[in-house]
Amino acid sequence: MISPVLEAIGVTKTFDVTGGVLGRPRTLHAVTNVSLRVMRGETLGLVGESGCGKSTLGRCLLRLHTLTDGTIRFAGTDISRLSMRALRPLRPRMQMVFQDPYGSLNPRRRVGDLIAEPLRVHRLPSGARRAEAETSARVHDLLRLVGLKEDHLARYPHEFSGGQRQRIGIARALALNPDLIVADEPVSALDVSVQAQVVNLLMDLQETLGLTYVFIAHDLAVVRQIATRTAVMYLGAIIEIGPTEQVFCTPAHPYTAALLAAVPHPHGGAAGARPMLRGEVASPLSPPSGCAFHPRCPSAEARCRVERPMLAPDSGPRQVACHFPLQETG
Amino acid sequence: MVPASRAPNIKSFLLLFFKKEDLPSGPWRVALARLRQDRAALASAATLVLIIVACLLAPLYARHIAGTDPFRPHLDETVTIGGRTLDILQPADNPLHLGSAPLGPTWHGAYFLGADGQGRDVAARLLYGGRNSLLIAGAATLLCLALAAIVGILAGFMGGVIDQILSRLLDILWAFPVYLLAISLSVVLISQGLHIGPFTIEADSLLLPIAIIGIVYVPYAARPVRGLVLGLARSDFVLAAVALGVPNRRILVRDILPNVASTLLVFAPLIMALNLLTESALSFLQIGVQPPAASWGTIIADGQTLIYTSPIVAIAPGVAIVITVLALNVLGDGLRDALDPRAKLRVRS
Repeated sequence: MISPVLEAIGVTKTFDVTGGVLGRPRTLHAVTNVSLRVMRGETLGLVGESGCGKSTLGRCLLRLHTLTDGTIRFAGTDISRLSMRALRPLRPRMQMVFQDPYGSLNPRRRVGDLIAEPLRVHRLPSGARRAEAETSARVHDLLRLVGLKEDHLARYPHEFSGGQRQRIGIARALALNPDLIVADEPVSALDVSVQAQVVNLLMDLQETLGLTYVFIAHDLAVVRQIATRTAVMYLGAIIEIGPTEQVFCTPAHPYTAALLAAVPHPHGGAAGARPMLRGEVASPLSPPSGCAFHPRCPSAEARCRVERPMLAPDSGPRQVACHFPLQETG
Repeated sequence: MVPASRAPNIKSFLLLFFKKEDLPSGPWRVALARLRQDRAALASAATLVLIIVACLLAPLYARHIAGTDPFRPHLDETVTIGGRTLDILQPADNPLHLGSAPLGPTWHGAYFLGADGQGRDVAARLLYGGRNSLLIAGAATLLCLALAAIVGILAGFMGGVIDQILSRLLDILWAFPVYLLAISLSVVLISQGLHIGPFTIEADSLLLPIAIIGIVYVPYAARPVRGLVLGLARSDFVLAAVALGVPNRRILVRDILPNVASTLLVFAPLIMALNLLTESALSFLQIGVQPPAASWGTIIADGQTLIYTSPIVAIAPGVAIVITVLALNVLGDGLRDALDPRAKLRVRS
């Protein structure tokens, strides 16, 4: 069996929220007990509504947050307790592409400088202290790889469109030849026409460079296009995971079914057959007891209010955290 | 609107001193282009340059135009203006001829603005005083901004205990009224000088007012810097740098500092205006620049007793202070507008 590039076991992340001077401090449960494996060369799609903890999970996977609990193994190394300094040597192998192509590029640095930064910091490609010629050659390669022109190097981020900026961000993430890229909603800030270009670019790069992606998105269509496996998150937990086509065609969790039903159907019709969701997402400050989804679930029963359903690990590629799944899995 | 061609061409002016590739580009170039269209700010900058150059030329003015030593009393001397010989200190215009009145403005080279109570040339002292006032205000501004940048960036970036300690120190400093603090420090230090280990600053050194004025305004710049850095430290591009494995020190220098620089630049003229006023106040109270050296504040103090006989002695430095402070404030406003990325002003290319 192939060893996973990244393995998360029981990852939990909570934030302490202070309620002003008189408010009592409360705990925000952003990610609760998430376990997953990312295999080499695959794209794991991570979908869910806004605020369900997708981005926090993505940042936890790269250890941009300290974990509240759980273990993360990257290429066999336990990175869940390493300090930021100790993580630095591993950073070249795991990279991130950000959602906001405006906020993730320092407005006061030139594009060439931005792309060269990781190379200079890690003294790559050759390890020499001053290797401007090599750095420059590598920057030019990266520029071609993501479809930018050489005369873009001396310009500043504000002179570019959203799609071009995202290409700059991708070039920067690729500079160190990473194994794994966590893409945090890389196309949701872009125009639809540009989205397709960037998604295609990411897929091409995966093919040529053998990259592994964790692709975070709320746009189901994009995930269906790029992901080999899809994980659905609700209120900080993964409630269903499986091969993309299976998850999309035969959803096993009532929430997945409702999420898919909420996508407007170009020909009308079919959508009406599935139940729409009632109510609002519960607050991660006070998650419901038992199954987090039970207050909104059309098939909830007494058991769901008390007992939290878990994903069955090692039960097969298809797992669902539900007492009454719509499909038989595993 | 003035056609663009008639606006002063800063770029071609700068090209006289710098190579093309060294000229600011990107956000700085945009700001420069905006500033170029702000005529009030340009006029202020020109006024300030004029005042600074005039003050720098003080020794030449004193020797060759006024022909007098403005630091020595000229009590019983005479001066020849337009063929007439005049007493510098004239008998007072009262029935008993008690006391004396200094020479009024002659509007000639010598004693252009008249003499002060000790028969010294007010115009020459005004220029010499401007040197001290501007030097103290400028140096204190640099000190203040340097301290504010260090404290603000450390507090905002490090957070936690370091932020708590630094912020509380700023609060303590801020809790004192600025003038009360400056006056207390000055009274103590001017009488004794400052002795820290092997270092000694004499009581009449300009370093004392510079240090005092530089420190009292630190919270005013450090707090906004801290707030800005607090936001920057949580920005995506800093997170991106962390994800790239960039060490904190490099993030501070390469990612945070350039984004704080424009804020510091906007603060510079505004803080300098405050410093100039504070310096004048301290000098007026005899706890800033020490005689016989002059500053605009000491000249106003000299003019205090002459306010009925020779009001120009107090008015001239007062006008100099007002013009300089006004110009600094207008320039600061212009810089703020030029550097604000959200400003509505459009740049014509």
